[in-house]
Amino acid sequence: MQRFGYLTVDGLASGAVYATFALSLVLIWRAGRIVNFAQGAIAVASAYLAWSVTAHTHSYWLGFVAALAGGALLGVVVERGVMRFVPADRPMDAVIVAVGVMLVVQGVLGMLYGADHRPVPAPLPTGVWRVGGVATVSPYQLFVVGAVAVLVAALALLFTRTRLGLRLRAAAFAPEVARLLGVRVARMTTVAWALASAAGALAAMLVLPSGLGLTPTAMDGVFITAFTAAVIGGLDSAVGAVVGGLAVGVVVNYVTGYAGNPNLANLAVLALLVIVLLVRPGGLFSGVAVRRA
Amino acid sequence: MTSLLTVGGLAAGYGPVAVLHDVDLRVEAGQIVAVLGANGAGKTTLLRALSGLIRPTAGTLDLAGTPLIPVPVEERVRLGLAHVPEGQAVVAELTVDENLRLGGLWRRDRADAARARDEVYQLLPPLAARRRHAGHQLSGGERQLLAIGRALVARPRLLLLDEPCLGLAPLMTARVLALLRRLRDENGLAVVLVEQNVAAALSVADQGVLLAGGRVVLTGDAGTLRDSLLPTAGAPGDAALRHAYLGF
Repeated sequence: MQRFGYLTVDGLASGAVYATFALSLVLIWRAGRIVNFAQGAIAVASAYLAWSVTAHTHSYWLGFVAALAGGALLGVVVERGVMRFVPADRPMDAVIVAVGVMLVVQGVLGMLYGADHRPVPAPLPTGVWRVGGVATVSPYQLFVVGAVAVLVAALALLFTRTRLGLRLRAAAFAPEVARLLGVRVARMTTVAWALASAAGALAAMLVLPSGLGLTPTAMDGVFITAFTAAVIGGLDSAVGAVVGGLAVGVVVNYVTGYAGNPNLANLAVLALLVIVLLVRPGGLFSGVAVRRA
Repeated sequence: MTSLLTVGGLAAGYGPVAVLHDVDLRVEAGQIVAVLGANGAGKTTLLRALSGLIRPTAGTLDLAGTPLIPVPVEERVRLGLAHVPEGQAVVAELTVDENLRLGGLWRRDRADAARARDEVYQLLPPLAARRRHAGHQLSGGERQLLAIGRALVARPRLLLLDEPCLGLAPLMTARVLALLRRLRDENGLAVVLVEQNVAAALSVADQGVLLAGGRVVLTGDAGTLRDSLLPTAGAPGDAALRHAYLGF
């Protein structure tokens, strides 16, 4: 039972990271029907920026802020500079171009920083507190879950309570109608990329200290898991991304913890994906099936 | 005196496919102009060219003295042009209230946007009763009312309506038409009304334009068009004209 509790807490902490990254994929998917294969590379680039800033200033938190700002900026550059020119009616082109962006970003990172693995220290203790001999939670895990909770709450407020959020939703769900109502849809797409890439950068900052470390391809595995989580949640749904991310994190931990074989975890995630898609082909929280009667 | 909307020699289409050829049209303030024609005559394309969703290949567009062609679609609503596209175009994921707020988001005068929203609720009580409902929970008629109401929040001078009565029950059709009549008479709103239902459209219109093959083949006041296009007890109308251009 103690083990179950610990595996759950630990799974929720890594699930929170998957949720954040899944959220970043969902934001871009909603804005432009693009699966952003470059998201992992953009996030890693932000983490390298944080590493450089921290190395110069000796402040983890300055690096942390730089990662979020740099991620947002990089997202804007990629959208304005590259993705905008992919015709909207050619989704496969967008996938190929995004993969191209990923390769370029990873290549540039390799040139600037080298391909060596750099361990990333956690900013807070990772040792688990024991209460009466029972393993509970580490300060770093609390930080991870707290940071993700703040992000999710902030995004929820932005999307449901502000004029910008209303514009973003209208531009995502009904771009043509939104344009007729005076919403600058192209600008909203850029805003969505900025938000998404900042969220992706946050996910990288939170996950890299947990043993992954920093290499140009460090986020590839997280990308695959988070993409699966986003599909489980229904690619259109922000709530689905969060629920899917947490579910995947917990399932991975149970399987690894109880079966003792980490390779089974990937299989379990795929099994979860297949089961969810068999029952609800659009994902758990897929949107309105019939847009117009 | 200049018209509210002047269209001269307009040509437009989709890529290599030319749909409209040399279309002339004038709409005066406070006037409803019905655009009639069979499927594929170019009615929807005309509205899309007017609102800027497609770029004309030739011709001029002029709204109260402002040339519209260089103005991007997002800006045209700021000049008083509102386009309600076909298919009860509400944003299904947003609530009734959010849809209406969306219609006024571009306005700097937020207080007046809120006032306009309240006026729409007063004008269309079925919407007021369903403020918090999502667009996809509404009936087809309610969705159409919402789409029109959302356009009104922008306080437009000219409303472009694409098939507002398509798929609506007769009672709802009558309600939409009565709404248009009221907006014209009380607010001086000008309307370009694209409608398959010729009788319904001409029952509220002041002027009519008949499109066929992307060209204007007949234009005149609504009464004259009614006489020549619609069979009545006393007069058979022009059956050949009707067959040729409307297909019935």
